[in-house]
Amino acid sequence: MATVKRSARTLKVAPVLALKGLKKRYGGKLVLDGINLSLAEHEVVCLIGASGSGKSTLLRCADLLEPIDAGQISLESERVAFEDRSADATRRKLGIVFQGFNLFPHLTVLENVALAPRVALSLTQVAAERRAKELLKSLGLAEKAREYPDRLSGGQQQRVAIARALATEPKVLLLDEITSALDPVLVAEVLETLRSLALSGMTMLIATHEMAFAADVADRICYLEDGRLIEEGTPQKMFGAPRDPRTKEFLRRVRSISAPGAKRRAGTRVKRTVRAKR
Amino acid sequence: MATGSARKGLLVATLSTLVVAALVAYTIGSSPAWPEVQKAFFDGRYFSTSLPAVAEAFTINVQLFILAELLILPIGLLIALARSITTPALAPLRIFATIFVDFFRGVPSILIIYVLGFGVPALQLDGVPKEPFFWALVTLVLIYSAYVSEVYRAGIESIHPSQERAARALGLTRVQALRYVVVPQAMRRVIPPLLNDFIGLQKDTALVSILGVVETFKQAQILKAASFNFTPLMTTALIFLIITIPMTRLVDRLAAKDRNAQLGGTR
Repeated sequence: MATVKRSARTLKVAPVLALKGLKKRYGGKLVLDGINLSLAEHEVVCLIGASGSGKSTLLRCADLLEPIDAGQISLESERVAFEDRSADATRRKLGIVFQGFNLFPHLTVLENVALAPRVALSLTQVAAERRAKELLKSLGLAEKAREYPDRLSGGQQQRVAIARALATEPKVLLLDEITSALDPVLVAEVLETLRSLALSGMTMLIATHEMAFAADVADRICYLEDGRLIEEGTPQKMFGAPRDPRTKEFLRRVRSISAPGAKRRAGTRVKRTVRAKR
Repeated sequence: MATGSARKGLLVATLSTLVVAALVAYTIGSSPAWPEVQKAFFDGRYFSTSLPAVAEAFTINVQLFILAELLILPIGLLIALARSITTPALAPLRIFATIFVDFFRGVPSILIIYVLGFGVPALQLDGVPKEPFFWALVTLVLIYSAYVSEVYRAGIESIHPSQERAARALGLTRVQALRYVVVPQAMRRVIPPLLNDFIGLQKDTALVSILGVVETFKQAQILKAASFNFTPLMTTALIFLIITIPMTRLVDRLAAKDRNAQLGGTR
């Protein structure tokens, strides 16, 4: 599978999402310093790096939630920008899930998911709710449709947020440390959801601190430090033999807390066979 | 144990209240001019004769504050939204809204009533109504729309920006995000302060008496002038209290409920 994908990239299949020379400043501080990154269709890319390395900012800029200071963003070969009149339409083609869920507390789970199809895509109420119900069912949340978000566990809330982001049928799903605010017990169910999304072929850009998960699910790992993309490569390469000393140092520090060992790389191989068979 | 201390608390509260009330009653009652004051302000005979007329005139106040509130609620919201506009092209709207609020909150109500109620009809423009009731209504709507818009604005700003960001991320426009996500949540929070302003509006309907609208206060003044007795004014005060006290209690209860909901919903 990986070989197929690599050859596809050399054939210059246009990426779904491409970021070129992205720069972003907060006050005087350069938080993104010339990021180049593109995602092919069905590709899963994980962004790793310390807090403050620019992962979240990168995702928010890619989702056109914030203006950039330099560079360009292309979605399906078309240039898009925060300032464009079409930015709202572009955001419908991108889905984003936040660390803090940000569900709408005054709406039921079903209404949370159906809101964008109804309002932003102008679907009828019936059609929007049908789509929402299907999504909730596929994420194992069908019986929670009539509940309000505050009645749900953190993991369930985050899965509703994923359903909500998928409701506009985005081309790319951006995920911003979506398990960081969860109990360790609840992390697993959310990661499982992402895993099955990856297997279904969803194109995803994932900022995460879960190294084992990244090793397992990603086609490519990107290491960010101080707003710069230091090194990228396959999980095998990045976790097995990183080249850049800064990547090595980061991984060494991460491993000193929890050791992602050979077992996880074995897991990666399992996943790839599953994908190849599909 | 807990109920015992609660009962003891209630007993202490009742006793201290009775003592204070008795002291106040004694102080006032023992003042040398009390009999005259009592006759001038609290004469039962004048109370019962003034009650029908004063109560009937109160229907004008009711009409005024209900009509006014129905206009104030939407207008105040529009002004609040105009003030939160960020689109550069619509800056004039935001500036107008800001000036409107500054002006009508900053000038004493009674002056605005004078200027609009006497000044505008005096221009003798064609098609401009001259009825005092109309101008009384306009004045109250303008003043209270300014106050109410600030209540709405505080409510809108109390909704965390992440909510609007989440809505925008789904592809909703700013207006849609306000309409479906921010404003509905803000509404729940502003109900107690809105009711507070509504109470203020009810009382301020008495101000329009200066335009010659014969509402309850004006009616009481007429009766007072005819009888040289202030009791009719006390009758009016009582009628206002009958309306406003239950409302004040309602505000308190809603506010307490809101606080509990927020404390309980920290998850």
